[in-house]
Amino acid sequence: MTFLDTLLEVISLLLLITGTIFVLISAVGVVRMPDLYLRMSASTKSSTLGLGLVLLGAALYFRHDFGIASRLVAIVVFLLLTAPVAAHLMGRAAYHTGVPLWEKSIHDDLKGKYNPEDDTLDSFTDTLPKVFLEES
Amino acid sequence: MVSSVALYFVLPAIVLAVVTTFVRLLLGPSLPDRVVALDLMTTLGIGVIVAYALGMDEPIFVDIAIVVALISFLGTIAFAYYVQKRVQQ
Repeated sequence: MTFLDTLLEVISLLLLITGTIFVLISAVGVVRMPDLYLRMSASTKSSTLGLGLVLLGAALYFRHDFGIASRLVAIVVFLLLTAPVAAHLMGRAAYHTGVPLWEKSIHDDLKGKYNPEDDTLDSFTDTLPKVFLEES
Repeated sequence: MVSSVALYFVLPAIVLAVVTTFVRLLLGPSLPDRVVALDLMTTLGIGVIVAYALGMDEPIFVDIAIVVALISFLGTIAFAYYVQKRVQQ
């Protein structure tokens, strides 16, 4: 076993262990966070990072088999592409169906901008001139 | 070395994370909470498959992880659509 092989194996171990810790943190966050949106933040970001690190560690371990390593990297790319989309859709659906925020949340950008009858949002550019008119 | 770490540390830790997430699936006050927990569980399932492939040195299981990643995304999209349509009616 050459020095390079040992080095790559140590890097693979470090990636696996760091990723596992992030995955555990994300699971604890999903249980402990007080609110759906904070829970979603914990689950999406931390689990994507943790699982990406685990998969990259596995790709380093299977580095002699290019097909398997490239498949693992493809899973990482796919997760990075789809996790934000899925979380955005889920958060949008939850906000539209009236899932409450945590009572200690201090800011809600969408408050009063959602029209439940036609399922649309007032955009930032719609409200901007009105705000300017009220202030001047 | 990597195989035994994957089998005796990574795999049990990810399974522990799945069990912890299952608590939220049982508790979750609203339907979106349960959907988020289920989404995280399928994402962790990818990790379980890859850790098992590492531990048993069977790289062919990685193909299954790709399929699970695709299906999990589709499932979450369908659930989000269902949650939104359910209240509108």
